[in-house]
Amino acid sequence: MRVGLFIPCYIDQLYPNVGIATVRVLERFGVDVDFPENQTCCGQPMANIGCDRAAAPLAEQFFATFRHYEHVVCPSGSCTAMVRHHYQKYLGHHEGFETLRNSVYELCEFLTDVLHIGPLEGDFPHRVGIHQSCHGLRELRLAESSERVAKPFSKPHSLLESLRGIELVSLSRGDECCGFGGTFAVTQEAVSCSMGNDRIRDHEQAGTEILTGVDMSCLMHMEGLLRRQKKPMRVMHLAEILCQSGAHCR
Amino acid sequence: MNHPQEAARFLANAKRAKWHDEALWFVRSKRDMAAADIPEWEQLRQQASQIKAHTIANLKTYLQQFEQKATDLGAHVHWARDASEHNTIVQSILRDHGARRIVKSKSMLTEECQLNPHLENAGFEITDTDLGEWIVQLRNEPPSHIVLPAIHIKKEEVGELFHQKLGTRQGSADPDYLTESARNTLRKSFLQADAAITGVNFAIAETGGIVICTNEGNADMGTGLPGLHIACMGIEKIIPRAEDLALFLRLLARSGTGQPITAYTAHHHGPRPDGQLHIVLVDNGRTEILKQEAFRNSLHCIRCGACMNTCPVYRRSGGHSYGYTIPGPIGSILASARDPKAFYTLPYASSLCGSCTDICPVNIDLHHQLLAWRSEITRQKILPLPKRLAMAALSHLMRRPRLYRLFGAISRSIGRAIPRTLLYCRFNVWGRQRELPPLPKKSFRRMFQQEAARREEKQHEK
Repeated sequence: MRVGLFIPCYIDQLYPNVGIATVRVLERFGVDVDFPENQTCCGQPMANIGCDRAAAPLAEQFFATFRHYEHVVCPSGSCTAMVRHHYQKYLGHHEGFETLRNSVYELCEFLTDVLHIGPLEGDFPHRVGIHQSCHGLRELRLAESSERVAKPFSKPHSLLESLRGIELVSLSRGDECCGFGGTFAVTQEAVSCSMGNDRIRDHEQAGTEILTGVDMSCLMHMEGLLRRQKKPMRVMHLAEILCQSGAHCR
Repeated sequence: MNHPQEAARFLANAKRAKWHDEALWFVRSKRDMAAADIPEWEQLRQQASQIKAHTIANLKTYLQQFEQKATDLGAHVHWARDASEHNTIVQSILRDHGARRIVKSKSMLTEECQLNPHLENAGFEITDTDLGEWIVQLRNEPPSHIVLPAIHIKKEEVGELFHQKLGTRQGSADPDYLTESARNTLRKSFLQADAAITGVNFAIAETGGIVICTNEGNADMGTGLPGLHIACMGIEKIIPRAEDLALFLRLLARSGTGQPITAYTAHHHGPRPDGQLHIVLVDNGRTEILKQEAFRNSLHCIRCGACMNTCPVYRRSGGHSYGYTIPGPIGSILASARDPKAFYTLPYASSLCGSCTDICPVNIDLHHQLLAWRSEITRQKILPLPKRLAMAALSHLMRRPRLYRLFGAISRSIGRAIPRTLLYCRFNVWGRQRELPPLPKKSFRRMFQQEAARREEKQHEK
């Protein structure tokens, strides 16, 4: 199987290792990875501030870049949600948009729903706290949110829980927002940092040693707070844990 | 109105902000337990949303049916186009009855219409009888939450306020003692009142009845004593049938406070035999919202307050930071409909986490509407020009992959080279409380290309 790899611009520029880890994980599960060079940004920052005219050409660019792939995989819940749930108004007129929309997957989704990988074998002897990023959670439904009355599940948890030695912590507020929110992190700096610090405190109380999640943007925000406060908690993208633990199918 | 500024001010008192956050999270947790008691909760939300959508789509029919039925029951029905018409109508009813002292139970509509100052200026004496509302009235400030109007005030402050206003013991913050004192004072207001004003939680088209939910019984104390009852409602409060009520009552109390049902749920079908019932139906901008498809379902709102309790921004910025009668996610949407320019920071007072959407008992897609308002604010050029220009520039850069690569590489090397004091200068808002990520030498695409080239070489050698 060959997939188109969609690497969010901030991962490309700031967290290249997360991208590389994603490639390694996909290859380990027998997937060939293409990285179309023409990709840049999905347009979410512009769309979220309301500048549709600035976002629309980037949606077009994405469409032109990825439309011929049967599967597109992205190590970010938020950017995947942008394509799946917010491109309609920019690309709705394109024949083939519906196909593209259904072909884009966040990494965990792709592993569990397309590759159907079962419990993983690998070693990761650490106490890990999962941050449920909101767009992965409530737009992509990578897990059941705490607000809804339904059978709980969590794709990120089910990918990690079978690794040898891993301990997944439980939090007092399991899926509260970290306060990143894109430009919100800057325009509402005070609220944003207060939210981030509260998440960190929750993870500290739960004994999190490594903080992980499906969105490097949320993790970048919390890592920024952690490093400024010189706290020992480390941050890793979920793909990095899968890569480092040598996770493979049983 | 500038939400980020007000929020920062609220957060400056970190201890108090934490207390506020935890008090509301407690309510949210109670709601979670109450909702989880009903396995079919998600179906109920769906059903309520459908009933509301149907009602709003046939609003005219149901309002006329309600008017007919309520009139048949002996109530007087009035129609108000806007806040000022509403206030004039209420004032003239009071005047016609020679009423001067009024007890009022909780009604966000009368807050929206600024009825209290209007009546006070006209010489009426008006007492808010919901304990929280009364506390904020004594403090001369607006409610900070639609269900818990005084949630921003600590019991010690209530003790001090009551000491000054009611003469309670100085330094006492015992809730039982303070409530008892409030009760004794409010009793006098009830007994002396010439008229009662209430809100309306639900108006039933089929029967012409209205339903008022409280936890303190204060609405019933009001409507039970004086002979004149004026009930004020927004036109979206209508539901088609009496049998729909059960559904909404379950959703309202469980979502709002985590109770299975409100302590007092009063059904009024026409006036008391010895009294008069006036129902004022208020539009005040609602039909304007009705015309806008993207925002129409904000009229589904039953004012339970769950979106406030769950909103991580509301909990950390307080209701007053929104500067509008109704705060939180739904308030930001309604305020924008009222005046997008004055309230333009409100749709941005959200991280778009979507918790409000998942909790809303009538399935309003709140965070998507906040996003839609942002588009509207930009389209109307209300968003400050520098922000629009910045986004346009970013878009131009991102449309040119080679320029983007170059710009990225240069920015990263500059970022690595310049001294820390410059990198973290005062214009770096991100860096006030946070470190920037360490800037890597190579981008992902560079690493990927190099790896691909190495692989190809290896294959070649083979």
